[in-house]
Amino acid sequence: MKPPIRVLVAKPGLDGHDRGARVIARALRDAGMEVIYTGLRQTPEMIVNAALQEDVRVIGLSILSGAHNAIVPKVLELLREKEMSDVKVVVGGIIPDEDARELERQGVVKVFQPGAPLESIVKIIAACA
Amino acid sequence: MPGLPGDRIFAVLKSDSDAINPPPGTFPYTRGIHATMYQGRLWTMRQFSGFSTPEETNARYRYLLAQGQNGLSVAFDLPTLMGLDSDDPLSEGEVGKCGAPVSSLEDMETLFAGIPLGDVSVSMTINSPAAVIWAMYLVAAEKQGAEPSRLSGTLQNDILKEYIAQKEFLYPPRPSMRLVTDTIEYATRNTPRFNPISISGYHIREAGSTAAQELAFTLRDGLEYADWAIERGLGIDEFAPRFSFFFNAHNDFFEEIAKFRAARGLWALLVRERYDAKDERSLKLRFHTQTAGCSLSWQQPYNNVVRTAVQAMAAVLGGTQSLHTNSLDEALALPSEAAATLALRTQQVIAFETGVAAVPDPFGGSHYVERLTDELEAQARDYIAKIDAMGGMIPAIEQSYPQLEIAQASYAFQKKVESGESVVVGVNRFQNQIDKAEMPLETLRIGEEAGRAQVAKLASLRARRDGAAVAKCLEDLKEAARGKVNLMGPLTNAVRLYATLGEVCFALREVFGAWTERPVI
Repeated sequence: MKPPIRVLVAKPGLDGHDRGARVIARALRDAGMEVIYTGLRQTPEMIVNAALQEDVRVIGLSILSGAHNAIVPKVLELLREKEMSDVKVVVGGIIPDEDARELERQGVVKVFQPGAPLESIVKIIAACA
Repeated sequence: MPGLPGDRIFAVLKSDSDAINPPPGTFPYTRGIHATMYQGRLWTMRQFSGFSTPEETNARYRYLLAQGQNGLSVAFDLPTLMGLDSDDPLSEGEVGKCGAPVSSLEDMETLFAGIPLGDVSVSMTINSPAAVIWAMYLVAAEKQGAEPSRLSGTLQNDILKEYIAQKEFLYPPRPSMRLVTDTIEYATRNTPRFNPISISGYHIREAGSTAAQELAFTLRDGLEYADWAIERGLGIDEFAPRFSFFFNAHNDFFEEIAKFRAARGLWALLVRERYDAKDERSLKLRFHTQTAGCSLSWQQPYNNVVRTAVQAMAAVLGGTQSLHTNSLDEALALPSEAAATLALRTQQVIAFETGVAAVPDPFGGSHYVERLTDELEAQARDYIAKIDAMGGMIPAIEQSYPQLEIAQASYAFQKKVESGESVVVGVNRFQNQIDKAEMPLETLRIGEEAGRAQVAKLASLRARRDGAAVAKCLEDLKEAARGKVNLMGPLTNAVRLYATLGEVCFALREVFGAWTERPVI
């Protein structure tokens, strides 16, 4: 049997709205994945260090404050710097269409916008891991 | 009252429903805190707004006042909510995005330039740094020449629901409660028309709670604040009349109406049982309502206008004192001016065209609503007893009890949406897209210019002010924080000299320490 997929659910930035992050974390756990939740207000450095230490395959970033264009590219850059480009990044939150496409162009596997079904989030994470 | 002849109002007031619960205006006020409700005065239409810079927000406020809005409600940006200056490295990318940045007294003065604070009531959604922001507000009002006794408005200042739901906390619960109690004590003695706290279920519900949890945790928070104020030496009838509440108006129409009724009835009973309050104003629960942001959908955003109208109707039928209606574009961005105006018009249609405000508690005596009211009250009492048994709200928070109850409820809800058991129109049913070209939606986009402008203004302020005096007053503040004196005095001294929000909050952190949450799923 394949070992379970390990996922880091991370909440960067200043906003504390963790409803989405917690729901996703529970859904991934119920789908058989091993989920590590970072808690609130993580800097990109903290997130990438946690990903390294926890040896995860996927990082899920939850951002609702509008700061995604400042935060997500930093996480991607740090992953490249630390030669961790095999770790996949997905993003969820209130992200306008054009920003979502741009973040995906920069290397995010998928940006999940509001209303994305849990089932498809689980599937896409399982497929990219 | 527009739309209804006087005899019809009379007929309704004399109906049999009066036998079921005491009539509006009488203890325990389940049916309303006033005998006549909106016949005397409509609710306050108070739209929450703030974005980009203090200058742009000031312009929006003047626009809203010109459109017939009768109170202001300040949205601060995330750095401000977290006690950070706009030029703090952690603020990068966040300045002005979710509200107005206020880093100093100078920003506060700009925010209210040309708006007379002695005449306009102002609600401020700020929690961890509430005492500091309020100090800036008090000094800004003083500089306008407004008497403290004339100031009216509300400080949200509800730190307990931050630990429970919204998670914008800075310090551990106990020193945070001391700051809240300082503001309550200060308001009791100096600003008799200002509500120093708005005990909020709104965010608890937005985090995914049920209606019963929203009701229970909010009222239990209210009791916690009352306990601390009494411990401070204040009498219940000195401060309780200035307690205000803030609830969510969600989709389940009758349950929401019942929730507002149960909140009034249960609060009156609890305050009388526990504190033996004598002044009836201490027993009357006054509340602000906001329609449910979390019910808005990103798909087919025009559906949100309808959701908001129905939720607002529930708030009015439930007897709210003031109301914010959400804009249709809020699942996508901060509201555009056109969307914010439509949201205000929604309230105005309800107020002036529908006649629903003509009678207090029109559902009083309805078997269904009365039963829902009783059920919610009973469920809330169970939760309150559980939290009492834990030793109060602070131990409950430290054990993550309310946090996990909410997380469980929100996951259960999401699974129902996922399975289709709960229908969200346009999201899990009837998804076919309405042609975007036919119903275009212009959304507000806040660029990085706001952040750059704020950073430049702060640099100039830091160069102009008396640096040595600022350093001295921050030392005085720390000294006071180590002791037991009310901190509002030292805080007003510091902000008057243009100590920044970040400097003051950091000084307090040196004394109080920081709080981080145990990341439980």
